[in-house]
Amino acid sequence: MANLNLTLKIWRQDGPEEIGEFKTYHVTRLNTHMSFLEMLDVLNEELVNTGDEPVAFDHDCREGICGMCSMVINGRPHGPLEGTTACQLHMRHFNNDDTITIEPWRAKPFPVIKDLVVDRTSFDRIIQSGGFVSINTGSAPDGNAIPIGKEIAEDAFDAAACIGCGACVAACKNASASLFTASKISQLALLPQGQPEREERAIRMVRQMDEEGFGHCTNTGACEAECPKEISVDYIRKMNWEYHRANVRG
Amino acid sequence: MNSYFTSTLFRKTLAALSGLFLTLFLIGHLVGNLQLIMLSGSAAQEQFNEYAFFMTTNPLVKILSLLTYTSIILHTILTIFLAIQSKNARPVDYAVSSGSENSSWASRNMPLLGVLVMVFIAIHMKSFWYEMHWGQVGNDPWGNQDLYTVTVTAFREVWYTAFYVFSMIILGFHLNHGVASAFQTLGLKTQKYLSPIEKFAGAFSILVPVAFASIPIILYLQSL
Repeated sequence: MANLNLTLKIWRQDGPEEIGEFKTYHVTRLNTHMSFLEMLDVLNEELVNTGDEPVAFDHDCREGICGMCSMVINGRPHGPLEGTTACQLHMRHFNNDDTITIEPWRAKPFPVIKDLVVDRTSFDRIIQSGGFVSINTGSAPDGNAIPIGKEIAEDAFDAAACIGCGACVAACKNASASLFTASKISQLALLPQGQPEREERAIRMVRQMDEEGFGHCTNTGACEAECPKEISVDYIRKMNWEYHRANVRG
Repeated sequence: MNSYFTSTLFRKTLAALSGLFLTLFLIGHLVGNLQLIMLSGSAAQEQFNEYAFFMTTNPLVKILSLLTYTSIILHTILTIFLAIQSKNARPVDYAVSSGSENSSWASRNMPLLGVLVMVFIAIHMKSFWYEMHWGQVGNDPWGNQDLYTVTVTAFREVWYTAFYVFSMIILGFHLNHGVASAFQTLGLKTQKYLSPIEKFAGAFSILVPVAFASIPIILYLQSL
């Protein structure tokens, strides 16, 4: 078990209206088995002990499924390891004496609240605009009442794997939310339960995505490459198709 | 329905369709240009100038050329608008950005490539289209405007030839991302057609600019 000494350049910003700046910190004798967030915990403990303000960052489950952790590590959302969130990135992927730059997600619809914490309620509003199926209350339906072919079920599940972390927006040079929006539109368009609201959903969610001020998709594929759930840009293709289809049908 | 025509996705669709139309235009333009080198000497001169006469007078070609100009203007205006929108979506840039880790160079630099292609089109049209319509172009022995001599003379200049070849490389990169991307935007790049579309776009983005660039290179070498 090697010990790591690192230089951290972290974005510090007191509040949404404050002007932020990078501050440099040194952390020493880190355990390489630590996750990236645990490394920040160590830094924060030191900061608290010396009377400084700890670095604010989002985190919750710390097992790669909640989508809360959100930081750009050396220019890459969730860091250099593919298919993981920052909490599942371990310090063994870094070398001794490395300098690591840590920044918040950068997008107009994701304003910084404090340090590395950004406001992602724009995603919530996109979901609220159509990312649901309307089901009347009553007794729970039987699990297999609606047969769904395995291939479609798998395809829908791959889209449903989106944890809404926003790495797609953070990675995209245009800060486009296409992969996020496309995942939900595709998931529900594939399933029988999603059919009644299929057209309305596509139109509303795409419109909301526009209104939030996200950029457009130029098909660079950066989102797929950085997505911790490795969601395919094919869903963006599907979203485009769904959106055209919905508008042609009126 | 109203929100459709003002939506970003609709603007992107128009950009994709105009881009694909311009891709088709390239094939037509290339076939025309190849007449410069398929024959040689006065045979090429007669053939090319007759072709140029046909291209400037045929009503069907007039309609196609209007469509081409419309596509160029539409494609340019829409993509400038979209690029500004994207710029506004990220007011604060990253201090460290590792785009090369997750995307191709061409895909990240389409606006720059597009501007360079536009500069080329402007100079290219000044050299030939403008000269043909408003310049002092003499007639060939068969009575047609002698665009062949204008062209051959232009490519005697090494710098002009080099600029043309450089522009074709830029065009190649622009097509390398643009063609496949247009199919994705239109929602047609399904898993079934993914591989054929990407192979076609890849081959097209290399073969067409190479074929275009080979013509001035051959003309330049012939002039030595």
